[in-house]
Order: sequence, then structure tokens, then C-alpha cells
Amino acid sequence: MTLNLTVSPDFAPDHISGWFIFNTWLQRQLGTGVHLELYDCFDAQRQDIKSGKFDLVYANPFDASMLVRELGFKALVRPISKPDETIIATHKDSPLQCVEDLKPGAQLVATDDPDVNRIGMIMLEPADLDQTNTETTTVDSYVIVAKNVLNKNAEVGFFLKDAYDELSDLIKSQMKILVSSEISVVHHTLLLCPKLQKYAPKIQQRLVKMADDEKGRSVLESMNLLGWEVMTEEETEFMIDLIDTLLDE
Amino acid sequence: MPEHDMKDVRDIVINYHDGTSRKATVLDREVPYPEGKLIVSRTDTQGIITHANQAFVEMSGYTEEELIGTNHYILRHPDMPAVAFAGLWETIEAGNKWHGYVKNLRKDGAYYWVKATVIPNIRNGVVVGYTSVRRKPSRSKISESEALYKTLR
Repeated sequence: MTLNLTVSPDFAPDHISGWFIFNTWLQRQLGTGVHLELYDCFDAQRQDIKSGKFDLVYANPFDASMLVRELGFKALVRPISKPDETIIATHKDSPLQCVEDLKPGAQLVATDDPDVNRIGMIMLEPADLDQTNTETTTVDSYVIVAKNVLNKNAEVGFFLKDAYDELSDLIKSQMKILVSSEISVVHHTLLLCPKLQKYAPKIQQRLVKMADDEKGRSVLESMNLLGWEVMTEEETEFMIDLIDTLLDE
Repeated sequence: MPEHDMKDVRDIVINYHDGTSRKATVLDREVPYPEGKLIVSRTDTQGIITHANQAFVEMSGYTEEELIGTNHYILRHPDMPAVAFAGLWETIEAGNKWHGYVKNLRKDGAYYWVKATVIPNIRNGVVVGYTSVRRKPSRSKISESEALYKTLR
């Protein structure tokens, strides 16, 4: 048997090798083949997940909602102390001091990361802004979001906080943060497909103990994670309910 | 209490739909919504609070211990028309999502405005409770809501 694994495309490019090292570690732990496939586009990955291509998915919170409610996946673990937070930033010389200074017609730049974009739009609501009265340029990475902000091609950019924190000090020194979310309870999760649930306890146990030995810790470090903790079914449902309240339809 | 607040203090009795009531002090003082935060709570099907996040504790002015086990209507501000909450319950009991702008009463009598969304928590096809998530509203939506609620009281 080979487990097919994929990872939400919102991690920093520096950690791509970390996920391949994790793939090798997981194979050894489970004594079975694990095939990792990475994407640089959320939509293409989502289509392949929906077609049943993957057994194990490290998903962003919005995709986790779809995986559990529509496809019957179950969350096994979440990364320790790694909530998904969103930052809205502008050029340091911009006259904008807060979100409410933005006006209809505002130019935004973002990736196609669904949770960052949703939370970002929620943080623009106090300025009476939404998708109908803003213009968003979608780019491939957070580094390109930053470039667009620095070149003043957009008034503000949406960033995953983790990705913003990993930008170079030079780039960050030329930007200022207008607002940073503090939601705390929305995070990525590792989910297993319904047909392989019998392997859930073993995978969960190995991952929870991963930070206990030096080899595991070095793999975690290469992925910029501290470790994993169990995600119960009710905790998963709670997070999905919360995300549901953030979708306006 | 700061001296300037004393001018706009009202001691009132708030009557709830379940026949209970309580005395409350109401101040004409708005506490700004905290930037970037979501206020999150969960209740059982009767509206009794079972979970409150830190932002809820901070904004309501109650301790977590005071909130858990208390009916969510403890946050209800007397300026809110009863019909708004009747609509909320009708919507969520039918299994649907409710959105609205709400003026909440803090323990100290001050108030804060939220954009609230409430959804039923459905487990194995059964509604086991409700999740309420509040976020920062725009000033224009607050003004519209204030004007509307005055006509409904």
C-alpha cells in the first residue's frame, strides 16, 4: 500500500525540502510507501483532492472544512502553537494608518490562499469594503504580494502571518502592518481519508511522539513546526463551525 | 468610574423572555471593538453559555466562570429590540445561519457593537447547540442599525 500525501500550498518555499524529509520519516515510521505531491495552486490541488487522489492531507482550515463535511476525512493532528493568522500590510510611506482609511476602489494584492483571503476581507469590513468595491490582484506567492506592496501596485497586501514573519528584514522594514488577526483557534490540520481510518491510531501516535526524539525534532524543524497534538473530532467540528460563520453565503 | 460617565448612568430592570429579570446599570459609553479579534462563544440549545474565548471574556467584562452556565441574554442591551432576537431564534432553530448587528451590554454597563453570526452545531443530524462569532462592524452599519432598532423598540 502507498499512502498519497499532499500539503496545502501556503507554506514558505524554504520548507519544501522539509516536507520531503517528513515524507521519508513517515514512510519509515509506518513501514509503508508514502508519496508526496506538492502544488503551487490551491484550486488544482482541491480538484485532485475531490477526485479522491489523496489519502492524507495537511490542509488549511477552509479546505479542512470541505474535507470533513463533504469527503468524510477525519482530522488526526494539528501543529502545536501554530494558529493561522492574517496580516494586512501597506507600504511604510503610505498615508494609511488603519483599515478604516481605505476607500471603495481600494487596490488589494493577495495569493489564492482561501483562509487568508477570507479573514483579510473580514478585517476590511469595518471600512465597508468587500469584493464588490475593491480590486484584487492575485499572485503566486507572499514574496510577490510584498513586491506589489513595495512597488505601490496595490495599497495593501494580505499575508499569512507565518509567511509575513519569514519575509526578509529588508522587505519588512519597508512595510507597516495595519491589522493582524488574533483568532487563535483556526489552524491547519492533518486529515486522513475515510477508507484508511484503521491506520488513524498508528499515524496519530507516531506524530504525537515525533518531537520526543532528536531525529523527529530535526524533521519538524525543517518544516518549521514544533510538534503535533491530537485533534479530537469535536475540536475539528468546532473549528469547522467557526469557519462556517465566516462564510457569508 | 470616571466622572464624565456619571452623567449618563441609568439603573434599569431588564426583563427576559423566559420571565426572569435583573437589575442592571447602563452607561452611555462605547468600548471599541478590539482590532483583529473574533469574539467566540458556544451555547447549548437553550442559550446557556458552554464556551467563551478570551476576547469574549475581555469585552464582556465578566470572568469566564461567570459566563459559563449563564444564559447568553446576559449580554443583551436594553436598546436592542426583542424582535431582533426573536428573528435570530427563529432562524437558527430552523437550522439556518443568522447574521446581524448587535449592541451588547457589558458587566460594567458600557456597550460594544458587533457584527454577529450564529450557526447551529449539527452532530449526527441533531442540533446540539449554537456557535456565535462576532467581528468588528463598520460605523455606517452601526448607524443604520441604531436608526432601525429605534423604530422597533
